[in-house]
Amino acid sequence: MSTQDIATLRQRTQGALEAHRKAARTVTVLSCLLAAHDALGYLPQEAIEEVARSTDHTINDVWGVASFYTNFRFTSPGEHTVEVCWGPTCHLVGAMNVLQAVQEALGLQGEGETADGRISLKYNTCLGACSQAPVIRSDEHVLGGMTPARALALLASLRHKQT
Amino acid sequence: MTEAYQALKQEADRRWQTLAQGERSWIRVGTAICGRSVGAVEVIYALQEELRRARPERISAVVSPVGCLGLCYAEPIVDIKLPGGPRVLYRNVSPERVPALVEAALVKGEVLSDLVLGTLDGKIEGVPEMTDLAPWRMQTRVALRNAGHIDPHDILQYIANGGYEALDKALSGMTPQQVAQEVTTSGLRGRGGAFFPTGTKWGFLTGSRGPIKYILCNCEEGDPGAYNDKGILESDPNTVIEGIILAGYATGASNGIVFIRHGNEGPISRTGRAIAQAYEMGLLGKNILGSGFSFDIEVSLVGESYVSGEETALMEAIEGKRAMPRARPPFPAAVGVWGKPSNINNVKTLAYVPEVIRKGGQWFSAIGVNRSKGTAILCLSGHIAHRGMYEVALGITLRDVMEKLGGGIPDGRKVKILQTGGPLGGVLSADKLDTPVDFEAMAAAGAILGSGGIIYGDETVCAVDLTRNLIAFCQFESCGKCFPCRLGMTHLLDIIERIRSGQGRRDDLDLMRRYGETMQAGSMCGHGQLGFNPVRSALTFFMEDFRVHLEEGRCPTGSCQQMVANPTRTRPGPEAYTVIAHPYGARG
Repeated sequence: MSTQDIATLRQRTQGALEAHRKAARTVTVLSCLLAAHDALGYLPQEAIEEVARSTDHTINDVWGVASFYTNFRFTSPGEHTVEVCWGPTCHLVGAMNVLQAVQEALGLQGEGETADGRISLKYNTCLGACSQAPVIRSDEHVLGGMTPARALALLASLRHKQT
Repeated sequence: MTEAYQALKQEADRRWQTLAQGERSWIRVGTAICGRSVGAVEVIYALQEELRRARPERISAVVSPVGCLGLCYAEPIVDIKLPGGPRVLYRNVSPERVPALVEAALVKGEVLSDLVLGTLDGKIEGVPEMTDLAPWRMQTRVALRNAGHIDPHDILQYIANGGYEALDKALSGMTPQQVAQEVTTSGLRGRGGAFFPTGTKWGFLTGSRGPIKYILCNCEEGDPGAYNDKGILESDPNTVIEGIILAGYATGASNGIVFIRHGNEGPISRTGRAIAQAYEMGLLGKNILGSGFSFDIEVSLVGESYVSGEETALMEAIEGKRAMPRARPPFPAAVGVWGKPSNINNVKTLAYVPEVIRKGGQWFSAIGVNRSKGTAILCLSGHIAHRGMYEVALGITLRDVMEKLGGGIPDGRKVKILQTGGPLGGVLSADKLDTPVDFEAMAAAGAILGSGGIIYGDETVCAVDLTRNLIAFCQFESCGKCFPCRLGMTHLLDIIERIRSGQGRRDDLDLMRRYGETMQAGSMCGHGQLGFNPVRSALTFFMEDFRVHLEEGRCPTGSCQQMVANPTRTRPGPEAYTVIAHPYGARG
C-alpha cells in the first residue's frame, strides 16, 4: 500500500470519527470502531491506530475490542458482501442448500472473497427475519424466502451491478 | 391531566381523525423486517408510482409504512381503507400485482378477491373478518397493541392511540412508589428469559443512591428464532420509550439506554427517531410535561456478539469493551454501567409497562394463569404454516399454538421437534404439546419459554443434525472468558460432529454429559451454564436418533448428509501483534 493510500485511510477514519463524535451522546472504543468500519468497510491497522488516538486507549486495547465482535473484518471486502444465515431456523428450512449453491457459484469453500475480489461471502448466525427463512443479507438488504435458484439470480445481479 | 399533555393529545387526535376518518383513502404497508425482506419497500414504490399514474383527481390516498401485524406469512401486507369503509387487508402483495390492486380497490372500490386476507373494523359481504381468523382471534395484543396499525415514525399516531397517557397519569397524580406498586401488583415478570418479578427488580434500583442511575433496555436479541424485541421496536418504539421513562420515574433513575445490535437498521432508526420526537414534544429531557421530573434516553449500538445480551456483558459493551460477563457481586443495581446503579430490562417487559400503568396492575394480572401473568409474545418459525409473531394470554397449550395459531405443519407432515427459548433453551418432542405456555410448566416439561421463539421441525428433521447446529451456534458465540464454556463447547461440537458423521464412539454420550456437568457448575454466565441444554434435552426426547447414528452409523432421516457451515472468527492480521513499540502503544 502506498503512503498516499495510508494517508487516505487515516483521513477517512478521522472524518468518520469526527462525524460520530458530533452525532453521538456517548463515544467509546466500540462506537468508534463501528463508525470507522461503516465508513471503510473494514478495519485496517490505520483505523485501529486512529481509534486508539481518538479515544486515548492503547492500540492493543483497541485490537482487543475489534477482534471480539464478529462483524468486524480486517482486510478490505469485495465490492458486494453476501451474508448467508446458518442459524437453526434457516438451517431447518434449507439454508445449507442455499449456502452450497452460493459457495459453488463463487468458487469458495467457506467465508472469503471471490478470486476477482468482487464478492465477499460471510456467514451470519441470525439476521432477524426468521419468519422468512432461509435468509440472506446482500449488502444492507435482508432478503427472505431464499432458494438456491433465487440466490444464484441474486449473485448474477450483483456481478452486473456497479458500485 | 397536565396541560402540556392535553395540548399534545388534542393535536394528535385531530391528525388521527384526518387520517382514519378523513376523505382520503389510507393505505398501510407492513414494513418491519419480515415485510421488507420479502419486498414491502418495492411494493410501496409501486403503489406510489401507480397512484401518480392513476389520475390523482380520482384517487386521493395516503401511503404509510407501519410495523408488523404479526402475520409474517402473509407479508407484504397492504391494508387499504377507503373513506367511510372498513380496513381491507391484502396478503403477499408483489409489486407486479400493485396495478391490479389499485385498479380494483381504489379506482373501482371493489375487493381484489384472490389477494384478500380479511377486513378489520367493519364488514364486507363475502370477505372474511380478521376476527374470524384463528391467528387473529386468539391473540391478546398488549405490547403489540399498536403494531401494524400505526406509523412507527410518527409519535402523534402513538399519542392518538393512548400513548403517553400512562406517563401523564404517573407524573400528574402518582408517586414513584405508586407506579412501582402498580407494576408489582400486575405480577409482571421479566421477558428476557429469566422471568424475575419486575417490581422486585425495580426495587433493587430504588434502594441504590443516585444522582445518576440507569435503566437499560436490552434489544440485543441474538436468539435465532426470536424477533419480537426487534419487532416491537420496529412497530411501536414509543411504547418502549414510555416504558423506560416510567421505569425511570418509579426507580428514581436519571438515564435510559436502549441497547441494539449494529446492523438492525429498522429498530435502530425507528427508535432513534422516536427518541428525537419525544424530546421535541417535551416527553424526554428536562422537566417532562412540566412535572419537574427529568430523564434522558440514548441508543447504544453493539457489534455482533450473542453473549452481549447477558446483563453484565451488556454493560461492558456499552462501555465500549469486549462483551464479556462480569463477576457478581457486585450486582448491577449497586454497580452497573459506568460504575453507576443500573437496572436491565428486556424490550418486551418495558413495552407492557405503559398499559400496566394506564389500565392498572389488577387488569394485567387478570390475564394469564398461575404465576405467569399477562401475555407471551411468540415467534413461530421453521416448519409451520403461519410463521409470525403472536401475542397470546399465557396458559394456552403448545398444541393450540401449533395447530390453531400456527395453522399446523405444512405439506401434510407431522411435527417432530420444537426448539424453544433460543439455542440455550433446548428441544421438546411432540408428546409435550399439551404443556401450557407458562414459565413454570415449560420448565417442568424440560424446556424454557425464554424469549418466546418456537422453531418447529417436521419428521424430516434429525435431532442430531439440529443439535449439532445449536451447539455450533453456542460454540461460535462463546465469549471465551471462562474455560468451562470455551473448551466445553468446543469439545461438545467435536463429539456431536463425530456422531453426526457416523463416527461416534460408544462412550460419547457419557463424555458429553460429563462436559455438560462441568460447564453447568463452572461457567460464569448462562451461556456456559445452559449451554448443555440442547444436548441434554435432545438425549431425553430423541435418544433413538442418537442410537441409530451410534449403532448403525447412519442418519435416520438423511438430513445429516447435507453440508454444514463452519464459521470462523475473523482474526486480525500479524500487524496486530507487532505494535509494542508504536507511538500510541502506551496509554497517553
